Amino acid sequence: MADISTQDMLPIGDWVNKIIHFMLDHNAGAFDAIGNTIDWFATMVEFLLLGIPPLVMGAIFACVGFWRLGWKFALFVCAALGLIWATGFWGQTIATLALTLSATCVSLLLGVPVGIWCARNKLVGMLVRPVLDFMQTMPAFVYLIPAAMFFGLGRVPGILATVVFAVPPAVRLTSLGIRMVNKEQVEAGHAFGCTSWQLLFKVQLPIALPSIMAGVNQTIMMALSMVIIASMVGAGGLGNDVLASIQRLDVGLGFESGLAVVLLAIILDRITESFGHTPTTRAAEQGS
Amino acid sequence: MQSAKIVVKNLYKVFGGKSSDVMRMLKSGAHKDEIFKQTGSVVGVNDVSFSVQEGEIFVLMGLSGSGKSTLIRLINRLMDPTDGQIILDGQDITKFNYKQLVELRRRDMSMVFQSFALMPHRSVLDNAAFGLEIAGVDRKTREARGMEVLEQVGLAPFAHKYPHELSGGMQQRVGLVRALAVNPSLMLMDEAFSALDPLKRSEMQDILLKLQREQRRTIFFVSHDLEEALRIGTRIAIMEGGRLVQVGTPQEIIENPADDYVRNFFKSVDTSRYLQAKDLIEVNHAPHAGRPGLHVPPSCSLPDVLQQLLGQTEPLQVRDDQGQCLGLITPSSVLSKISQHRLQSTATH
Ligand SMILES: Nc1ncnc2c1ncn2[C@@H]1O[C@H](COP(=O)(O)OP(=O)(O)O)[C@@H](O)[C@H]1O
Ligand SMILES: [Mg+2]
Repeated sequence: MADISTQDMLPIGDWVNKIIHFMLDHNAGAFDAIGNTIDWFATMVEFLLLGIPPLVMGAIFACVGFWRLGWKFALFVCAALGLIWATGFWGQTIATLALTLSATCVSLLLGVPVGIWCARNKLVGMLVRPVLDFMQTMPAFVYLIPAAMFFGLGRVPGILATVVFAVPPAVRLTSLGIRMVNKEQVEAGHAFGCTSWQLLFKVQLPIALPSIMAGVNQTIMMALSMVIIASMVGAGGLGNDVLASIQRLDVGLGFESGLAVVLLAIILDRITESFGHTPTTRAAEQGS
Repeated sequence: MQSAKIVVKNLYKVFGGKSSDVMRMLKSGAHKDEIFKQTGSVVGVNDVSFSVQEGEIFVLMGLSGSGKSTLIRLINRLMDPTDGQIILDGQDITKFNYKQLVELRRRDMSMVFQSFALMPHRSVLDNAAFGLEIAGVDRKTREARGMEVLEQVGLAPFAHKYPHELSGGMQQRVGLVRALAVNPSLMLMDEAFSALDPLKRSEMQDILLKLQREQRRTIFFVSHDLEEALRIGTRIAIMEGGRLVQVGTPQEIIENPADDYVRNFFKSVDTSRYLQAKDLIEVNHAPHAGRPGLHVPPSCSLPDVLQQLLGQTEPLQVRDDQGQCLGLITPSSVLSKISQHRLQSTATH
């Protein structure tokens, strides 16, 4: 019996390979330009963050935590950062934070405008949706490889692969937030003579802000999880330690580095989530 | 002679495609249900013509789904008409381009919404000044103007609160202030008070009437509440299935309802309360001029007439502005009119 599963009836894989090679041969200049810009940006962010002494950084996080969520959370932040510092993962954690923030910035820069476009144009929304599904469900390793082929090993392919993974929630929740604005609120905007831009900036975006902030929160969380995986292409940060622990079967190292990831994730999650609930929106959500 | 603020001529609005087919069918007399069955298009407004006078409160009434919200949104072009003309201050606004439209909405008209439609991220004052901000008025001027109008409706102490901190009635007062702040010559109000409880609703009606006494504006008011329409309306238009079935003063509509649909609105309303002196005239008495004695104007309300009539033996004269006697009111003419209205409103139950 012939082995059907290995017989390539529809060689999609071949086509993709051909496309990738074609792009590599013909657009190298464009990829270099994109890569250099992102590399420059990520280096800047990491340089800045690493330049801040651990104590000052801890104080900043604790203050933000206190401002947004109160003293209990500030205390937790101090304990968590203290633990990371004491286990010797401070530098790696900051590198991961820098990667996460760079990838988040790029994701929002792309995702929010696309989300706005989707909300305002039904056709665009319809076309973008399956693309987002694709980006989110395609196993991450699959696009790490082409990213590395285009941009070489290092931070850039790591960040770009992360962006692919982290953009969808920014697009989705921006679009959802705008579409959820009450019909009469939009009509009020028009009735008082808003232009299209005024409607966007004075009515739709401010009212959609809680939803957009939820998107920012999810984007950061997805970026953080992907940045760890991206160490496989040499992105650096805590991912390197996680990877090393797997290669050396060092459970202790794996636990320590994994714990640092978890603590960083909790801090980023709670703080960004709190920005989705300003006093005015919280009451509105409770349906006053 | 009053001048017309809005003149609407043969206005149509068709939802869904095939509007030229639908228009052809409508003009050859097809019914909207038939059209829906054949084309799937909904006829929202069907050959509507009327005019609104400068300075009046024109109330549009009708059951839910009769096309009131559609009609009011055609007037500020939140929806584009399929056919017909809307002439505002002598200009056909159906021909306006986008720029003219934005200009028109900023300068001449504003709107109050059923769900208030305030901006939750803006303070009461910033909501009040919204229209002016959109029109590019500087912060100082627009906040001064916003405060001035907030004061008129007693909301000045709440200027720095947020909408969710206010009760429904107060929120709608902010909605009203937002509309007034731009000093429009035309205000559109779509079921503006319908979401409020009866007590708050009549309070808002009082505020509106008070504001109207201070400065007369043209108000196009949509309502499904007859009591409200009778209370605030200079004239009332009644809409059914996208068509206007009757337009007239409250008294005209009470006295001469055009059909059963209109009559049905009065089912639960004691219309005798809205009778005026001129409706109470004794038909069997010929009016004789020049006699001395008590007299009332034709628009005198029923309670006032009763008060005047009490303890009188002579009939009450109804005199117009020129002192011309229009007729006489006797206790029996009043009683027969009241009982007539009571019978009418209970008979249809
Ligand atoms: N955007 C729309 N698309 C299709 N049909 C609509 C739309 N808006 C209103 N309609 C229909 O038009 C009719 C009149 O609606 P509307 O003007 O909202 O009535 P009212 O305000 O008197 O309750 C209804 O049958 C409604 O279903
Ligand atoms: Mg309506």
